[in-house]
Amino acid sequence: MTTDVLNDHDSHEGEHHDDHKMTGIKRWLYTTNHKDIGSMYLWFSFIMFLVGGALAMVIRAELFQPGLQIVEPDFFNQLTTVHGLIMVFGAIMPAFVGFANWMLPMMIGAPDMALPRLNNWSFWILPFAFAILIGSFFMESGAPNFGWTFYAPLSTTYSNGSTAFFVFAVHIMGISSIMGAINIVVTIMNMRAPGMTYMKMPLFVWTFFITAYLLIAVMPILAGVVTMLLTDTYFGTSFFDAAGGGDPVLFQHIFWFFGHPEVYIMILPAFGIVSTIIPAFSRKKLFGYSSMVYATSSIAFLSFIVWAHHMFTTGMPLFGELFFMYCTMLIAVPTGVKVFNWMATMWRGSMTFETPMLFSIAFVILFTIGGFSGLMLALTPVDFQYHDTYFVVAHFHYVLVTGSLFSIFAGAYYWLPKWTGHMYDETLGKVHFWCSLISVNLLFFPMHFLGLAGMPRRIPDYALQFADFNKWVSIGGFAFGLSQLIFLAVVIKCIRGGEKASAKPWEGAEGLEWTVASPAPYHTFTTPPKID
Amino acid sequence: MDKGTEQAEQHKSLKQEIEQSAQQKNSKVIKKLMLIVFGMFGFGFALVPLYDVFCDITGLNGKTNDTAAAYADGGIDTSRTITVQFITRTAKGIPWQFNPVINEVKVHPGEMKFVKFYAKNESDRDIVGQAVPSVSPGLAAAYFQKIECFCFTQQPLQANEEIEMGLQFYVDLELPEEITTLTLSYTLYDITGKVDS
Ligand code: HEM
Ligand SMILES: [Cu+2]
Repeated sequence: MTTDVLNDHDSHEGEHHDDHKMTGIKRWLYTTNHKDIGSMYLWFSFIMFLVGGALAMVIRAELFQPGLQIVEPDFFNQLTTVHGLIMVFGAIMPAFVGFANWMLPMMIGAPDMALPRLNNWSFWILPFAFAILIGSFFMESGAPNFGWTFYAPLSTTYSNGSTAFFVFAVHIMGISSIMGAINIVVTIMNMRAPGMTYMKMPLFVWTFFITAYLLIAVMPILAGVVTMLLTDTYFGTSFFDAAGGGDPVLFQHIFWFFGHPEVYIMILPAFGIVSTIIPAFSRKKLFGYSSMVYATSSIAFLSFIVWAHHMFTTGMPLFGELFFMYCTMLIAVPTGVKVFNWMATMWRGSMTFETPMLFSIAFVILFTIGGFSGLMLALTPVDFQYHDTYFVVAHFHYVLVTGSLFSIFAGAYYWLPKWTGHMYDETLGKVHFWCSLISVNLLFFPMHFLGLAGMPRRIPDYALQFADFNKWVSIGGFAFGLSQLIFLAVVIKCIRGGEKASAKPWEGAEGLEWTVASPAPYHTFTTPPKID
Repeated sequence: MDKGTEQAEQHKSLKQEIEQSAQQKNSKVIKKLMLIVFGMFGFGFALVPLYDVFCDITGLNGKTNDTAAAYADGGIDTSRTITVQFITRTAKGIPWQFNPVINEVKVHPGEMKFVKFYAKNESDRDIVGQAVPSVSPGLAAAYFQKIECFCFTQQPLQANEEIEMGLQFYVDLELPEEITTLTLSYTLYDITGKVDS
């Protein structure tokens, strides 16, 4: 009886679906459809990626040779700060929420996200947050110049006056993320098709589930710390002001208590995406599914007790340094489990190398390099040398660009046929991949050596001996930036036309999303599928 | 009412029931999640006092006692001599001269000492200063006892006024063996704005 009623859902209730009929801008403003909202998230994040990338191009142009050529030091600081904030909160995070919106309901056999109106809100407040952030470039104060980590007192006592706008923007981003995360958790808990138990969920769904919990746990901490910053700067409190009895080091503790889980928020969904793609193109089941689930959970748990590895040089007692060093190194264990599982999945598989697979394999190798440099940074004694140098910059770009971003590319290529109904241009996709791969390594690999040789991060000028490496890094940077326009071309071409995609264009792909037509109809799984 | 509409009615109410129960299930989860959200927001603020307590116990951030300690007369340990160094710093924007009168003293644990610091307001406006002390190594902070200190109070100085300010302290007998040198650092802040408001 129950299924009977749900079967009739479509025919009986027209009023729920009238977002169908809206046209033009209204369709997008009022839509509560998970696919529309997913698309908007993905486009938004891509635009932010280009904006943040444009800022990076100016940074690399300034660093092309020693001396001050193009920008003033203060403006340089604004560039690095806003670049970081945009890439973290505007490009990577919304892209993953876009994936979640598009894919989660289809993967668990649900007709939509559980809270469609909330979903609309959580997307539509985002553009305002970034309008404020980017708009501050054009204000008298200038944009935030205290680094994406906004350490007090740089952002309080010594702020250029942009703190209020910054705090406001971060609050909006935080609210958006929390609403999005609540939606994801509720959807996964309550909307799974009958028979889909937790341990039958695709790993992709698991990683988003855990990430959403991380978001719910730490975004409020971020909201709290920016609020303290605001009152310290404008209302005379002294949370972080030594003159009034506060302690600036406390800022770092609270920030990194948010900040380290935040970096896992940006990598766990990537794990989910490559764990979907690698089995598909190896034509094997994912090796060690349940160990992947446990590894993801333990990474999430451990991420709460390692934050002070960002603060080794603040003068912690020896015990603290040892504690945080060992906890950090412990994270390498579940991370290693994952890497070995991906390798085991590929082992003796009949692999093919379409663009999504290429990006996924590059992910496994290059993310691992980032993990290794992370391990080096986790060693307290050597971190005293590496801290605040380009070595750290190399580390986090390997995990975030060749890690998170590459997984986003992989996922985009993988599901583009499902989204658009057309195959993307495979040749162009491969060109995008190889251009990105070569340029990204030229861009970030030499940074390791620059850091080891002592070049500090966040500086507009540098000593002469770093000149050669910086020249190559900048060339890599420009090439990487240009390569991303190829991606834009691929996506536009794919939306406009191309070879028709079948419901399941990838031979080895698994999952409910491939049981519906391509492009995925506006409403899918209004009748829950049968899971065995 | 014919049979068809009746059935449709039944359908409709059943469907509403299902939707309602789904909504109830959802709002139950949402409530729990919102509890986490508010809880963690509060936890962020709770970290402030927690950190203070933690630092008090461990001497993590080198903060010393901010109210006068009483002299605990447990004798003087002449077998050990501790060097206590004084350094001063003025925070950005306070036009004062500020330095210790002597740069270091040698004391035995348990022995009381009195030293002086000199300050002069070199500007032509009245300014209220606040000195904030910090001890390095941080673990020693708990053993550095100030009986009297200019840092316990605000220090107003009129334009061009100068002053000598006193510090009376002793080093606790319990100071760990391995510590032989203590550095006491004062940073002087301009808090005129905060006092006015
Ligand atoms: C094996 C795992 C990892 C280890 C052991 C590790 C370790 C570290 C350490 C010790 C630092 C501090 C370096 C310093 O400032 O001196 C650091 C910085 C950083 N890590 Fe990782 N990390 C790991 C994975 C990741 C991942 C997966 C991400 C993000 C996707 C990430 C993003 C970052 C970022 C953004 C910073 C720099 C923050 C800043 O100061 O601006 N890390 N990492
Ligand atoms: Cu970290």
